Amino acid sequence: MRIKLDRTVCDGFSRCADHAPATFSLDDWGYASLNGDGAVAPDDEGDVRRALLDCPVHAITEYRPPAAGH
Amino acid sequence: MTAVGVLPGGPARLVRPDGRVETLGAYRAGGGYRDLPAAAELLDLVEAAGLRGRGGAAFPAARKMRAVRAAGGRPVVLANGEEGEPASVKDRWLLRTRPHLVLDGVRHAAAAVGADLAYVYVSDPAAERAVAGAAAELTGLPFEPRVVRVGPAYVAGEETAAVRYVNGGPALPSDKPPRPYESGVAGRPTLVSNVETLANLPLLTGGPPGTFLLTLGGRVANPGLYELPFGTPMRTAIEALGGTTVRPAGYLMGGYFGGLLNARGGDLPLDYDALAAEGSGLGCGAVTVLGARDCPVHVAAEVMAYFDRSNAGQCGSCFNGTAAMSATLSALVAQTAADADLDRLRRWSATLRGRGACATLDGAAALAASLLREFPGAVRAHLDGSCPPCRTDSRIGRAAPFAVQVPGIPAELRRG
Repeated sequence: MRIKLDRTVCDGFSRCADHAPATFSLDDWGYASLNGDGAVAPDDEGDVRRALLDCPVHAITEYRPPAAGH
Repeated sequence: MTAVGVLPGGPARLVRPDGRVETLGAYRAGGGYRDLPAAAELLDLVEAAGLRGRGGAAFPAARKMRAVRAAGGRPVVLANGEEGEPASVKDRWLLRTRPHLVLDGVRHAAAAVGADLAYVYVSDPAAERAVAGAAAELTGLPFEPRVVRVGPAYVAGEETAAVRYVNGGPALPSDKPPRPYESGVAGRPTLVSNVETLANLPLLTGGPPGTFLLTLGGRVANPGLYELPFGTPMRTAIEALGGTTVRPAGYLMGGYFGGLLNARGGDLPLDYDALAAEGSGLGCGAVTVLGARDCPVHVAAEVMAYFDRSNAGQCGSCFNGTAAMSATLSALVAQTAADADLDRLRRWSATLRGRGACATLDGAAALAASLLREFPGAVRAHLDGSCPPCRTDSRIGRAAPFAVQVPGIPAELRRG
């Protein structure tokens, strides 16, 4: 699973970091960034999916890169 | 008055010091619009020349082109001439005076990536007139050139802001991924390339891109736009171009983006990697010389206030972080800040990096970090109220600090 966090959408509700603190870090004002590049380890998928579904502004989405090589 | 020139005795590949607009006839007579090699050969040429992006990021041009080519779909070229950095004038000057060199660069890039559509994205009306006029003189191009003008703004030149505007949206950055090379104009793989980068492409057959455009401002005798060989030591360059009006005490680098350097900057070569190794950067090639009366804390506060005013207002970490760092620096200037404020500034300068959709917040954090690293004594003087210039004047100006005027509009481009 790979996710994207759109920080232009994030409104600082901080719920993602409650659910999946290993994946999301917060700044002093509660706005989130990804700790890594969005690749989610299988063991973390449950927590991250919960964060994705619970984000009030839908700033977290599952990411599928544009198809390449044709 | 803004001068235009080259380093005395140095090569002139990119600038025309006479300030006139290069006509189609003159450009062709100088070897322009030659037959193009095959795409693979062109990409190898760009790679062998080591050409890097001139917009500020210094990303290898060939690598970006290959990524665009390898993505699915028919590519688009977006020539980025929206020069948002107030301390830089080179892109507007290049578009105004050498529109055919830029368009020939676009032609090379389109051939290299296989594009059938190319945008030239500008905010300067004179640049728009020059490049639209030049494009209208050309027939039989294998791609369609379109000139797009956007309102000038600091963030409008960011690559995803350019793509978003061309796609009909606001000229504001998007978060990544995808990057434009994967999905850009109309969802097609898009090569967003600075106009100075593109202008180098037709010249590569003559040898490696050994020169760059420097915008020189601040406490110098002849502020202006100059073409210089990479690697020229900063002091050598500044002395050869007329020298300073006061003894240099520091430098503001890369427009606002490379942060501050103390007087040691004079010994450093104007080169991407050498400056990056010192925690600074050449960025878009703009250097501002500071004197002893330009308190570096005050300069940092004015630039941070500019970042606070001019960011896109989209990412919370950026609009909060720039506002907080601006407030702290302004309090330092007013000599009302305490140790705890300085500790927070130090922490923000490290932890806010990478927390924005575009690089504005990175630039702001790097500015704060550079002030703390390069001028620790000056910073401390603001805690105990002993900075003489700031005691006299602690106002934070509302204008873009050390903005450089674009050299005059060439007569050929004036209306009327």
